Amino acid sequence: MKTEGNADVFGYRHSGESRNPVPSTTWTPAFAGVTNTLEVTELIERIKQAITNRTPLCIRGGGSKTFYGRAGVGETLNVSGHRGIIAYEPTELVITARAGTPLAEIEAVLAANQQMLPFEPPHFTETSTLGGMVAAGLSGPRRPWGGSVRDAVLGVKLLNGRGEVLRLGGQVMKNVAGYDVSRLMVGALGTLGVLLEVSLKVLPRPASERTLLFQPGEAAIRAAQLPISASLEVDGKRYLRLSASARCVEQAIAQMGGDQTDASIWAAVRDQTHPFFATDLPLWRISLPAAAPALNLPGSELIEWNGALRWLISDLPGKTLRQRVVTLGGHATLFKGHDGGGKVFQPLPPAMLALHQRVKLALDPQRIFNPGRLYPEL
Amino acid sequence: MNPTFLAALRAALPANSLLLEAEALRPYECDGLSAYKQIPLAVCLPETLEQAQAILRVCREHQVPVVARGAGTGLSGGALPLADGVILSLARFNKILRIDADNRLAVVQPGVRNLAISEAVAHLGLYYAPDPSSQIACSIGGNVAENSGGVHCLKYGLTVHNLLALKVLTIDGELLDIGLQAFDSPGYDLLALMTGSEGLLGIVVEVTVKLLVKPERAQVVLAAFASVETAGAAVAKIIGAGLLPAGLEMMDNLSIRAAEDFVHAGYPVDAAAILLCELDGANAEVSEQILALRAVLLDAGATEVRTAEDDAQRLKFWAGRKGAFPAVGRISPDYYCMDGTIPRQHLARVLGRIGELSTQYGLRVANVFHAGDGNLHPLILFDANQPDELHRAEAFGTDILKLCVEVGGTVTGEHGIGVEKLDAACSQFTPEELIQFHAIKAAFDPDGLLNPGKAVPTLHRCAEMGRMHVHGGALPFPDLPRF
Repeated sequence: MKTEGNADVFGYRHSGESRNPVPSTTWTPAFAGVTNTLEVTELIERIKQAITNRTPLCIRGGGSKTFYGRAGVGETLNVSGHRGIIAYEPTELVITARAGTPLAEIEAVLAANQQMLPFEPPHFTETSTLGGMVAAGLSGPRRPWGGSVRDAVLGVKLLNGRGEVLRLGGQVMKNVAGYDVSRLMVGALGTLGVLLEVSLKVLPRPASERTLLFQPGEAAIRAAQLPISASLEVDGKRYLRLSASARCVEQAIAQMGGDQTDASIWAAVRDQTHPFFATDLPLWRISLPAAAPALNLPGSELIEWNGALRWLISDLPGKTLRQRVVTLGGHATLFKGHDGGGKVFQPLPPAMLALHQRVKLALDPQRIFNPGRLYPEL
Repeated sequence: MNPTFLAALRAALPANSLLLEAEALRPYECDGLSAYKQIPLAVCLPETLEQAQAILRVCREHQVPVVARGAGTGLSGGALPLADGVILSLARFNKILRIDADNRLAVVQPGVRNLAISEAVAHLGLYYAPDPSSQIACSIGGNVAENSGGVHCLKYGLTVHNLLALKVLTIDGELLDIGLQAFDSPGYDLLALMTGSEGLLGIVVEVTVKLLVKPERAQVVLAAFASVETAGAAVAKIIGAGLLPAGLEMMDNLSIRAAEDFVHAGYPVDAAAILLCELDGANAEVSEQILALRAVLLDAGATEVRTAEDDAQRLKFWAGRKGAFPAVGRISPDYYCMDGTIPRQHLARVLGRIGELSTQYGLRVANVFHAGDGNLHPLILFDANQPDELHRAEAFGTDILKLCVEVGGTVTGEHGIGVEKLDAACSQFTPEELIQFHAIKAAFDPDGLLNPGKAVPTLHRCAEMGRMHVHGGALPFPDLPRF
């Protein structure tokens, strides 16, 4: 896998494969639902071919988020075969898996050990993978309280645009050696490299969770110490999820009022199967400071993250919408309902765009990976 | 100094913002790692953004290296001056610009002290979570450069998890806005890339930090163990029981005795190891979890389990831990602090091996350990007046860091590579990875003028490794708690 050609020249004491051995003492293959069918050597070969032929590669995992971002171009590089959980030691709160591992499999293994991905990532379809989750960088309802995908990434193994295997970050919570390239991969939509393995911090599942529904006009109590782990406002109704020990949750419910309701609303919103999302009109994902005032834009709106994430279905011109969003200190992504060719992500100021271009070239000098998926210039 | 360069600097700054005389430069010759000293060409103390921009433009034009400096408390030599470079001190960027309780954030200048942020928002029931041991002195700009940690990282994360946005000057003096006051921002996560980049990518001139709501209650439990191994196993059992402590610290017998002699925290001095476990959150939940924690600890073989009876006792328990470094300083003329991180499951093996190395090198070692997140701080005790001991301490330290890498960890958990761990970094990264880091550096700073030679070793240096030695040093600021 890793070429050792330079090891003697430079006198390195550790080769790429002997260092950072992934702990495997407690991982029983019997848990593993999928086996690896795609070796890194094959991927390196494809990348080297692409460099030689100057043909871009469109990286594909489970294909659950092909709608997200600008349209992909180039030959499909399907990486979903590179899969399987490599290491999971529940008491370390760390899981390491190959990027093609289905998200559902990872979550099932964690759940069996009363643990979870704290950022509650959207799946959209059953096929979504770990690598796609990191590349898209989208977090779900628990994000303001449990952190983001990026917060949980501890390290990655990736292929850069020179076809080299790099291990960056690690499998430990604290690591400040080298630049934080592993977190740079989150949300880069595959434009900086092909993810091979990802190590994530995981957290214990709360002992108890309840969902409360507040009808229009019914005020939910706002107190700093309530164990809230998700919020939602849609159709005039407000939903709150409480997560803590059973007694703590019961005490909070007694304080707050509202009606207990089904927890399935959170997955429905996360994966956009909730009726709100059934539309052919443009769907905007608007990220704002939580206390920013109302958008006051035409369209229908669903609000998550205590106000920090607002979904807007609106055919307002992007420029007008973004002017308002920027005034409020946020940014807007054209999430769905577009042709893949326009300004999907908030345009960057010239100096930032130029820096992005240089960062892209530092990792992918031939612009092989997902060109144009994030911005036309990358 | 090149007279044209000097004239340009003088034109960019008021006279009281430019230090040139030897005695004025002396205080800047080192940071918290005093084993390395170097007098810089000049020290610039800008007060405005425009002045900072002008300094960078002058340096770029004259190809003079720039070393940014905050409070100078760093432990890896990241702010060590360069003989042919200037120090860009952010000390006068010391204002808290805005506190936004509704959005739970504060906008501060980089020279603001870490603890000053929490103090400024305490009346709102808020605080800034990362608490490096030097928090009464270290600056938030330096925290960003080093991605500083503290004792609460397992639950609350490092600096990178507690930032929303930065204003950064490039080497060209261009001002970049990185991040937003929202939870995410468009484009690459340059906020993560900047954090911990040790001043090699840009100069941070403004920081927007997240603020957290102070927990309703915090409670600490002290548990004693007859062996380090059982204490290590107890840590795994605590996590395995679904508890997520705010702080989880381990000390070995030498550290316990040194700390007890120093601060009289009431530690059991005959224990082979103690764990300090702090739980925080809502009152009802903490009550339940303390009961569960006590049961886990007793089940794991603790010989004694004590819950702090009140806040005074809680602080006393912590005082011993936070005073461990100076306490060890009282029992040895010098000590050398390591900062490796390991996957916790290898704790017994690593501590066992450190014990063997201690015998082999003939040097005592006291282990204090951020047990929750696997960050080890072995303190190697030596006497610098015995030249051979310094040499042995260095070799011992290098062996410990290599061991950390071998078990899947890292050579630095929270102190940074700086100049101190450049050789150790050679054992962690391959040539391809180092070349990648240098390419990223060049994307920000093509001429290599921002803190050159720090953080990422050259391939040449790594090739020569083995003929070079990591230098140790006693900590300056001995009155600061270190943990």
